[in-house]
Amino acid sequence: MTRFIIRRMGGLLFVMLGVSLLTFFLAQMVPVDPAATALGANAREEQIAAYRAQIGLDKPATVQYVIYMGRLLRGDLGQSIRTRRPVIDDLGDYLPATIELSLAAMLVAVLVGIPLGVIASLHRNSWSDALARMFALVGGSMPVFYIGLLALGIFWRQLRWLPGPGRLDSAISAPPHISGLYTLDAALAGNWSLLTNAVGHLILPALVLGYFSAAVLLRMTRSAMLEVLGQDFVRTAKAKGLRDRVVVGRHVFKNALPPVLTTVGMTFGSLLSGAVLTETIFSWPGLGRYATTSVTTLDYPAVMGVTLVAAIVYPLVNTLVDIGYSLIDPRVRVS
Amino acid sequence: MATPQTATPLRLFTRRFRKETTAVIGLVIIVVFVILAVLAGLISPYPPLEQNIPASLQPPSVAYLFGADKLGRDIFSRILHGARISLFTGLSVVVMASSVGTLVGAIAGYLGGWWDEAIMRLTDIFFAFPSLILAMAIAGALGPSLQNALIAVAVVSWPIYARLMRGQVLVLRDQEFVQAARAIGMSNLRILLRHILPNTLSPLLVQASFDMGGTILAVSGLSFIGFGAQPPTPEWGVMISEGRNYITTQWWLTFFPAFAMLLVVTGFNLVGDGLRDILDPRLNK
Repeated sequence: MTRFIIRRMGGLLFVMLGVSLLTFFLAQMVPVDPAATALGANAREEQIAAYRAQIGLDKPATVQYVIYMGRLLRGDLGQSIRTRRPVIDDLGDYLPATIELSLAAMLVAVLVGIPLGVIASLHRNSWSDALARMFALVGGSMPVFYIGLLALGIFWRQLRWLPGPGRLDSAISAPPHISGLYTLDAALAGNWSLLTNAVGHLILPALVLGYFSAAVLLRMTRSAMLEVLGQDFVRTAKAKGLRDRVVVGRHVFKNALPPVLTTVGMTFGSLLSGAVLTETIFSWPGLGRYATTSVTTLDYPAVMGVTLVAAIVYPLVNTLVDIGYSLIDPRVRVS
Repeated sequence: MATPQTATPLRLFTRRFRKETTAVIGLVIIVVFVILAVLAGLISPYPPLEQNIPASLQPPSVAYLFGADKLGRDIFSRILHGARISLFTGLSVVVMASSVGTLVGAIAGYLGGWWDEAIMRLTDIFFAFPSLILAMAIAGALGPSLQNALIAVAVVSWPIYARLMRGQVLVLRDQEFVQAARAIGMSNLRILLRHILPNTLSPLLVQASFDMGGTILAVSGLSFIGFGAQPPTPEWGVMISEGRNYITTQWWLTFFPAFAMLLVVTGFNLVGDGLRDILDPRLNK
């Protein structure tokens, strides 16, 4: 068991190293002089040269990478050209927003995708199955940015049922920072009006972002259930005279759960990616939006920071899921 | 007199495919869009970039089948030309990603050992990146254009093919027909191309089909946020972005490009589903 964890952690470390190399390489490709950009348009030639030397840009790429890595290990991601703040501080502000949105979307996906998948599998080839599959098909084929714009147009601008873009109404200030998740912090502070406002703002983006993952989960649940439903022990359980509810709940669903849980872990990572478009549409101040503005303004220290963090979250979640899994299911450790 | 047909793999495949109703529907959708895209220059009532300010924001009518946008451009004509762009983006990215991916995956699986280890760790690294963020960073570094968006999406799409191909090659490498080929002195390259590659096509085909849809969505998403095709190109993502302020009032500006995208992507997903069902040996009992 310990060996399994060590091996997974070693793999994770390697991936992080590769990720840092790749982001570094990417930043080298940008046809912009970071020193000139950082100092602004009025900087003189000598000033730029001096600044280049100061941040190490005059050295060969390999040396620069070593310097970069050394700073990374100390938790220094450099300074954003646009916000003039350390990138790590920016990310500290933006990451919780993305995590909150992703968790809410995941909740939507689990609450919608898994039950629908179970129903579809139990009534295979019936109209409810067809409907569920249709729901999944559209979810996987629809441009998320259109759905987002449409939802915002209908439920906010037209009907006024739900609040508009952002994490809170503009007149309301954020709860005291504890976790950075506004809903959680508002609940901890016991501020109910703030909590309802934060939840209201979460609903639309979470539904939009969660729809795609719900579609993925639905498909996975349906096929995993069908696979288990066809097995001998299910027939035995039925032959013993167990009620359908018990057969499905205790025998089938439990055994269909592992691949579904893996998918949940994997979708969480893909939510971060999908969040780019959703955050842009809902002006949600998360990683995706930070990445978009940073790329647009060619703020490459910020871009490197955000890609690095995003690329670490996904394998980290996956590794944790794998380890958690191997604790429950001994078969995983063998392979 | 009809000669009895022998069951060649292709015929078997066609026969099974025809039984998959939804896959056939998907194929029909794709074929229709391909025809529309090819004939776009002939059947478009207006040039896609032609402005006609008096017709600004006109609802769908006989003159403007899908209505007109703010600059009075015919949305129907723009959708047709957009189909060219979307099908082209899907195809070019899938061709780029799958050829690089299969080559790299084949090398990993066939040579094994150190090569395999290095290549697979490389794919791990690529898998770690949320694809859209990486694609955005690449597109930003290269400069925003449709071509660079294609390159960016291809860069994030190849690893899945490498993994698939490697898995297939690992299985096939030790099969008797490959050993036989090796025994009669065939070169590695020839064994890979003549004996292994043809036997790996089906999972690659399924993946490619899903990727066509995924790529079309990804590239138009990049265009939507400004890192892909640029206005006034009649790209569907750009069209939705240009019409975003009219989404509930002049719904036709955004609805038709979104619906076109939904149809095409659904088409590829249905075909992918069908192919997977046919080619999955567990279902062919």
